[in-house]
Amino acid sequence: MSEKITINPITRLEGHGKIEIFLDDNGKVDDAFWQVVELRGFERFCVGRPAEEMTRIAPNICGVCPSAHHMAATKSLDALYGVEPTPTAKLIRQLEYNAFVIEDHYIHFFFLAAPDFIVGPDSHPAARNILGLIDKVGREVALQVIEVRKRNREIIKYLFGKAPHPEGGLPGGVPKGITEDARKWMKETADFTVEFARFALKLFKDVVLGNKKYLEMVRSEAYKLSTYYMGLVDENKKVSFYDGKVRIVDPEGNEYALFDPQDYMEHIAEWVEPWTYVKLTYLKKIGWNGLRAGNGTSLYRVGPLGRLNAAEGMATPLAQKAFEELFDMLGGKTVHNTLAMHWARLICALQAAEHNQIIAADPYLTSKDIRNMGLRLQREGIGCVEAPRGTLFHHYKTDRNGILTMVNLIVATQHNAAPICLSIKQAAQEYVTGTEVKEGLLNRVEMAFRAYDPCLACATHALPGTIPFSVIVKDKKGETIRKVERPGAVA
Amino acid sequence: MTDKPKIALCWLASCAGCDEAVIDLNEEIVQVAEAVDLVFWPVALDYKYEHLESFADKEIELGILHGAVRNSEQEEIARLLRLKSKLILALGSCACFGGTPGLANFTTSEDILNWVYRDAPTVVNPEGRLPQVETRVNGHLLTLPQFYDHVFTLDQVIDVDYYLPGCPPPRDLILNAITAFISSDLPPKGSRLAPRTALCETCPRNRTKPERMEIKAVKRIHEVEADPETCFLAQGIICLGFATRSGCGETCLRVNTPCRGCFGPVPGVADAGAKALSALSCLVKAGQYGDPRKLMESIDDPAGYVYRFSQPSSILGRKRRADHVRENNH
Repeated sequence: MSEKITINPITRLEGHGKIEIFLDDNGKVDDAFWQVVELRGFERFCVGRPAEEMTRIAPNICGVCPSAHHMAATKSLDALYGVEPTPTAKLIRQLEYNAFVIEDHYIHFFFLAAPDFIVGPDSHPAARNILGLIDKVGREVALQVIEVRKRNREIIKYLFGKAPHPEGGLPGGVPKGITEDARKWMKETADFTVEFARFALKLFKDVVLGNKKYLEMVRSEAYKLSTYYMGLVDENKKVSFYDGKVRIVDPEGNEYALFDPQDYMEHIAEWVEPWTYVKLTYLKKIGWNGLRAGNGTSLYRVGPLGRLNAAEGMATPLAQKAFEELFDMLGGKTVHNTLAMHWARLICALQAAEHNQIIAADPYLTSKDIRNMGLRLQREGIGCVEAPRGTLFHHYKTDRNGILTMVNLIVATQHNAAPICLSIKQAAQEYVTGTEVKEGLLNRVEMAFRAYDPCLACATHALPGTIPFSVIVKDKKGETIRKVERPGAVA
Repeated sequence: MTDKPKIALCWLASCAGCDEAVIDLNEEIVQVAEAVDLVFWPVALDYKYEHLESFADKEIELGILHGAVRNSEQEEIARLLRLKSKLILALGSCACFGGTPGLANFTTSEDILNWVYRDAPTVVNPEGRLPQVETRVNGHLLTLPQFYDHVFTLDQVIDVDYYLPGCPPPRDLILNAITAFISSDLPPKGSRLAPRTALCETCPRNRTKPERMEIKAVKRIHEVEADPETCFLAQGIICLGFATRSGCGETCLRVNTPCRGCFGPVPGVADAGAKALSALSCLVKAGQYGDPRKLMESIDDPAGYVYRFSQPSSILGRKRRADHVRENNH
């Protein structure tokens, strides 16, 4: 009998999602879909608003990565008004942006992802969360995690008012400078964060790589996808978050494209499928070849592993050492192992922390020269940052008064949307047979998307709505045979 | 564990910023987690909808919902949590007033869908396809929720007991609300768990507010180097502090950025935007320099300022499709 399994909602991610797994007559997985059922319409309802308001509206696309949208909007305004930020403004933006990358990567790793490893993929779902993790690692470690997140968010709040939803980015500058007193505590935060980042990497090595079962999962074909990779790189082709060029490598790691973000439309296109609200991006010059990895694919992946694959190294020394370790252990470039995204995420956080140590020591940081007022409206501006989940593009056009006439956004989870579909299908094919599926095995299907740290509010900035994620079993005609339920909480 | 009060926290059309705001309780979140039984929280816990459905009616002491309501699935979740909960708290500006996504009511869903899936410059869609409620792929049936043409506030869909505004609500007010709930020290139903004063009264720039406010020219924030200590309105920069409830901690103002009204109106005001716009028009004094109406007209996108967070709670309704308007006129 052919059947279907539905997981709803998918959990420990940002947003609403749903997974549908279709089984053939033998109970084997025939097909699987990761559906985004949420839309909001930012691109359209921002039209008619003053362009400078985008640094206040765009952050509301996502409460987890508002700093990415805030900074992409701010940089779009630089381009729109033909102005460069002052050196101090650029340092301040980078400092805030690194603090954001740090807190964002750690909330994903410790709150959303690590329960699968530290509490265990088969543990009771009532315990497989941050509270269960605290029970395992102890309150001391948990307080350190809370502390690193809190202290880095203090930097965001000091500079842009709020976390979430930073406010106030301006073309050519920032709304507030840094005093000498503030510089001191920010330097202490950066020092503390570097130590924490080293601890987090050691924890990953001990708990995940040091565990034979988990290491097998990381290396398993069930979590391996051959695609292109994309990320922002600096002038030395090292990983960069705030600015740089976009680099794309092919599945073997050869440079496929290196371009200025202003040229994004030459390289990236969006495909529409009627069964999901997220548009699927692909490499425009290759053309849409469907949901396919390996030979003939036009799909690419972004995010922590995407940028490590797309770069020639990390921009800071400790992160570079960690980068080399990752590729040594997983067979050199290119690493296609989806679960290695967690490892790469911790390496990216380390680079951001090391970079903030350097910025906090820069004498220009406390200068009062925080605005460049030489604005000349260009009527079009493109801004790009490397968001924690991958490369983010904002593109605006305005009338002669700087009122928006066109807004186009390409966000990180869109780049990953088609690969996530393939990843959950792979994991389902490995772990699901028939409908009597153990809960822990369904969780392994969820682990396939969780590695990407998808952000569904971002992916579906287009209209308001939600992405459900559940497991439902249906027959070939689509009739629900049964829902696979997770066991409830045991008090 | 079972005698602890059960709390469920769920998102609707939300950005998850309210979830982050709860996590921002930091050390206290561990204490809160010990004092209550968190029975549903999709961003952090692995419970599915079936688990929520398994509770008896009103078995959950407090259901917290954030986000506006835009589709059938969100309405179902809101109704389900209402059924299972003794009390419902609308958390954040989207649940309270519609929030930023409510700006979509100034356009039509048809316009949004056409732009996003057909007209956006990076889209390649030779067949002009749009997402469908039902699609068959290789014989497999896939479904998506039904979208509404309108963005709703939470209390337009279900009965709401308490409101905690803010984008996001600040840490101290969330902690106060949870403490009040745990200690059963709750204000009357319908209360906003925030101060009753206007933001101007708690604004650090208030002492620079002129006794008689006269706006003679309107300036946009990027055009000027705003003085970091002077009242924004006195500088001719639109700031909604006079029409907005206090409680945010003046976070935007402290980084030299004017208020956009995320805390919603002060007590007694039904339509935040209409009130703000009428008050603003009273402050405009073009005097010898010309017609005050011309000065008001020089404000680009007034609706986008005064309804930034509150369009769905306003009396405006939504934009109608042109063909529907014509039909109604016959």
